[in-house]
Amino acid sequence: MIMTNVNTVPGKKIVEHFGIVQGSTVRAKHFGRDFMAGLKNLVGGELKGYTELLQDSRQEAMQRMEDQAQQMGANAVVNIRFATSSVAQGAAELFAYGTAVRVE
Amino acid sequence: MGILLQNFDLVIFLVLAVLGYTAGSWAEKKHYRSINQREKELIKLVVVTAEGSFPPERIADAALVSGSVVVSIDYFKRLLAILRNIFGGRIKSYESLVDRARREAILRMKESAKKRGASIIINMRLETATIGRSANKKKSVGSVEAIAYGTAIVMNK
Repeated sequence: MIMTNVNTVPGKKIVEHFGIVQGSTVRAKHFGRDFMAGLKNLVGGELKGYTELLQDSRQEAMQRMEDQAQQMGANAVVNIRFATSSVAQGAAELFAYGTAVRVE
Repeated sequence: MGILLQNFDLVIFLVLAVLGYTAGSWAEKKHYRSINQREKELIKLVVVTAEGSFPPERIADAALVSGSVVVSIDYFKRLLAILRNIFGGRIKSYESLVDRARREAILRMKESAKKRGASIIINMRLETATIGRSANKKKSVGSVEAIAYGTAIVMNK
């Protein structure tokens, strides 16, 4: 599956559009990680646990989007956008959306 | 000793502030040094926010690349920011926080593009979100997440 965030797949021609596909995931934090992040909040710096958590969840959201595109019979997703929102205390929602297309 | 025990919360507060100040500024300097160095190394890999168009026969591969980081502010700077909230004006400590987060995210994106052998990243987008405990409290920033993503293009030689 080819993923891009531009209007086309560079170097290829789009032959069919399938419309919007999306994937999302809501993740809560691990208690241990949250505790470590609380400590790290005192001294500042990168919160590796959260970075990992968000990266994993973004992968998951992209995977769901990809599955949906595959079901439609697409072989590429173009114009992908990411967004993050916090729906509840300590939980983050990540979603990815894009247009499923078929390229040559 | 008795005075110390009587003002126990004050002592904790001062210890945290000093710890935040020393460890926080040390970590920030170190981070900036590493950012500057890696930016120099990756300067040849061009990142643009425009879409651009390339002749199709020159493109070998195109793929989405992304990089993200969560950076937190230290205790001392949080205090400074709270004080700043009273008088208004620039909050320098938060400026450096988001600056570090964005530059680090862009660097990580560039690193993953370099692994693919890309020569340019087009249509780069940046996004910032606050997560963590303070995300729902609108007043404080606490920690900030920066995501950078774009399309890496591998050219035919």
